[in-house]
Amino acid sequence: MNMVPTKPEPAMQAQTLPTIELQGLEKWYGAFQALKNVDLTVQSSEKIVICGPSGSGKSTLIRCINQLEEIQGGTIRVNGKALTNDPKSVRAVRREIGMVFQQFNLFPHMTILENCVLGPIKVGGVPRAEAEEVAHEYLKRVRIPEQANKYPAQLSGGQQQRVAIARALCMRPKVMLFDEPTSALDPEMVNEVLDTMIDLASDGMTMICVTHEMGFARKVADRVIFMDHGEIIEENDPEQFFEAPRHERTRGFLGQIA
Amino acid sequence: MIREFGTGEVIYIVLAIRWTIALSLIAFLGGALGGLTVALARVSTNNSARLAATGFIRLFQGTPLLMQLFIVYFGLNIVGLPTSAWLAAAIALTLHASAFLGEIWRGCIQAVPSGQTEAADALAYNYITRMKDVILPQAARIAAAPTTGFLVQLIKSTSLASIIGFTELTRAGQVISNATFKPFVVISLVAVLYFILCWPLSLAAKRLETRFDRAVAR
Repeated sequence: MNMVPTKPEPAMQAQTLPTIELQGLEKWYGAFQALKNVDLTVQSSEKIVICGPSGSGKSTLIRCINQLEEIQGGTIRVNGKALTNDPKSVRAVRREIGMVFQQFNLFPHMTILENCVLGPIKVGGVPRAEAEEVAHEYLKRVRIPEQANKYPAQLSGGQQQRVAIARALCMRPKVMLFDEPTSALDPEMVNEVLDTMIDLASDGMTMICVTHEMGFARKVADRVIFMDHGEIIEENDPEQFFEAPRHERTRGFLGQIA
Repeated sequence: MIREFGTGEVIYIVLAIRWTIALSLIAFLGGALGGLTVALARVSTNNSARLAATGFIRLFQGTPLLMQLFIVYFGLNIVGLPTSAWLAAAIALTLHASAFLGEIWRGCIQAVPSGQTEAADALAYNYITRMKDVILPQAARIAAAPTTGFLVQLIKSTSLASIIGFTELTRAGQVISNATFKPFVVISLVAVLYFILCWPLSLAAKRLETRFDRAVAR
């Protein structure tokens, strides 16, 4: 990857700087190429939904943005800052990016509140009282304020995922990445998580969501991206995407999931 | 002259337990410190740290503890330290425990689901926070039972220190046995004393294991 930290030009910094800018991303797992020359630009408060068949590289793509996966080629810029291999710069970029996982990944040995305040205290240097206040506020926003002192295992899947969203928000990220946030949930819990995400979207959060929830995509997305075999096949606004997809493979995929 | 095997002899042997306990504690505490270092090096992304830790573990798992005791005992002199059974036993057993605990704990750290590391990374935690607050507390629960099991082994292993002349329980038994010519009775007593020391720990290990299995099943 590009090791040169590029300085954003001051004139551009004002408004036009994209929140996330991916150029020519290449990702290999041994001999298997998971991402092929992927470009993507996301502006502030844009909502992007990425869909595609399993193994198409959509999860890999968003995991590259916060460096959970190392890339072999291309550049990643977050708020104009290019990601380098330096651990400090990686952590600096990760502070701006919240992530929600398919399997929630809450810390099972900590209470809900501890899950939420650990990052702000240890990473952000926020005093505990303030961190707890912020955590309670976000737990209220994801509509589970009364669970703060419970442990993750005492909560339902939908509640755990909402805690995971609150935990990420407590770091006050500029972007939220969602990696199939409802795929591990029982059907009756999917909507409570989607509703939380819709709330977040209407607050103006920049969001990149890998999901198969096409209803959510129609409602929230500014752009829908279809990936297959590690490539972006189609990028379109939701109406065009669902009503008149340009690409044959997109039509095939939509036909299968509808 | 043959000594009688009387109360004084029994007390002498029973009191020698304190040296077995002291040596076990030193080796266990030293081994815990060394073992944590070795385990963290083993799961590190730094190649040379991982290689060094692996070599250390292989070396101590691939040679008999008795040889390790001898080498440290005779090696003390070479590095300019006084030849002392105490020092040699403490060092050798600490290194031995470091290697074995290091390998046990590496497995426990790796048994923590990778999603936990990913979540910690995504939240921008640094290495220390990720390990201290997220990974190690979870690994410690997994480690409780096998670690207690290893402590039982370690206590029994301290008996080898008798061969370099460290007077712990086994050595005290040998001394009395030689003086009284009642080896069977004396060694049986020594064995019973080891059993009294180790059995409760084995029970505790068993209980920790059951508790862990139940916690995981939930």
